[in-house]
Amino acid sequence: MEGQLVTERLSKRYGSSGMALQDVSLSAPSSGIFALIGRNGAGKTTLVRILATELAPTSGRAWINGIDVVADDKRLRERIAIVPQEARTVAWMTPRQSTLTYLMWRGFPYGEAKRRADESLGRLRLDRFADRLNRTLSGGTKRKALAAMVLASEADIVFLDEPTTGLDPVSRREFWEILRELAKDRFIFLTTHYLEEAEQLADTLGVLGRGRLVAVGSVPSIRGRTRYQYSVKIPAGARVPEVSHGEVTTGKGGEVQILTDEDEAFAISRKLSVGGSRFSVSPVSLDDIFFQLVGEPTQEDAEAAQAPEGAT
Amino acid sequence: MRRSHASQLLASILVNAVYEMKNYPINLVNTVISPISFLLVIDFVSRGALIGQAIEGGLIMSMFQSGMSLQGDISHLKNDFKLQDMLVSSPASPSVYVLGMAASEVIYNIPALAVLVALGALYIHPGAIAALELTAALLLMFLTSITLGFMFATLSSDIVQSFAWSRLLTTIFTAITPVYYPITYIPLPFRYLAYLSPTTYIAELMQNTAGYLRLSAGAVATDWAVVVGLTLGLLVVVSRNARWKES
Repeated sequence: MEGQLVTERLSKRYGSSGMALQDVSLSAPSSGIFALIGRNGAGKTTLVRILATELAPTSGRAWINGIDVVADDKRLRERIAIVPQEARTVAWMTPRQSTLTYLMWRGFPYGEAKRRADESLGRLRLDRFADRLNRTLSGGTKRKALAAMVLASEADIVFLDEPTTGLDPVSRREFWEILRELAKDRFIFLTTHYLEEAEQLADTLGVLGRGRLVAVGSVPSIRGRTRYQYSVKIPAGARVPEVSHGEVTTGKGGEVQILTDEDEAFAISRKLSVGGSRFSVSPVSLDDIFFQLVGEPTQEDAEAAQAPEGAT
Repeated sequence: MRRSHASQLLASILVNAVYEMKNYPINLVNTVISPISFLLVIDFVSRGALIGQAIEGGLIMSMFQSGMSLQGDISHLKNDFKLQDMLVSSPASPSVYVLGMAASEVIYNIPALAVLVALGALYIHPGAIAALELTAALLLMFLTSITLGFMFATLSSDIVQSFAWSRLLTTIFTAITPVYYPITYIPLPFRYLAYLSPTTYIAELMQNTAGYLRLSAGAVATDWAVVVGLTLGLLVVVSRNARWKES
């Protein structure tokens, strides 16, 4: 199982509050970037915490590169690093001190830790912030400082739980570059709320819905397995032709979206062209796939999407 | 890869003592001022008669405060910064982490201890044996409070409550109980309540060593037995209940 992340009927129950994870079984390469998406409360963080040996599952097993996550957690910890969902850099320290001490906690001697910390901060272009107090840094720089800590380590398996939540679009894109850099010689397992992020970064994608794994595979392969592969968008006010099969939804602004297969998308396009209507046709986006697999967003999701940094 | 335990120990000391003292010196002033301000009040009120007891009280408070601070500091790093989660998913050793954090609390208290030891040398001037006895009592005090602190830290998920508990326990165990003054000052019916606190036994032992209190050999043995027994009991409870990772 070297080179593979495997879970077998992994489940987790928190007290009497029900199952957070139910019979999650998957097999995926443990290389590149694995992105896990799902609604709030879908079980993403629970799965990450189990794989990162922070939390014991209620039942089931998991292996990364053949190492049993539960039975052989000590051996796995030699190879892993994590930036948890709400991790923050310690306020009274600088990025250089944070990275240095993290490496020392991992057991690097002071000199080696210092050399690695300097190198990592340089790679992430954090040199000019390296000696400023963490509490004076912007949100994006703090996230980069956390990434510098794990990048500096010898870990070849890195877990990042919603690493870009709350970052502005520019910082988020800068962070994607860091993740691509990290993934060159490491396996990155990340969770995200941002479907665009998953689409941009993921070599393998996992979709969780209510604690169950709904889909796993590359983005094109998941797209191929969904019921409808095409999306036709018609502006508000335009006449919507009859749809023989597909899903028709109307957005807030009145825009109509039809999810359907290739033949029906072609037929609808022909009708709209003949009628002189404006429209667009495209393969379904990850957003469309996600909602087909998991369902419409709930009120809780909508509120969470507007919540400040760190909220889940 | 060969991992250095010395390096892991030093990391805790750097994070929780050296860098914090360097970057937030006001915390250091606060740590020094609490035991010394009590000492001054007792000295003024007793017109110098209780200076020796007050110095010993300051040493006990300082050591107890160190242990209790461990509770707040571990909770702070665990809950606010998620540092413990980062360390659980790494080769960091839990026992070395806790040992390093405990050492960092003593280092953080070195300025206060230095002032109190200097005052002790001036006003109590113990002999070598007495100094050893006083040191042993203080180390036992530290071990008890550090165990208590660690137990509370593993149970706590709210930093505001952690710091409140830390302050409350320090006040109850070192300011209200007869640590800065002789137990004979407490009216008899309430004196028995004082014996619910481990600091009372430590204070009795230290006051006896310095000659401020005359205890029988049996009473001394009982005091040592109570404190050692309590510490061992707490160590057993902590080792059973402390949580490095969640189950």
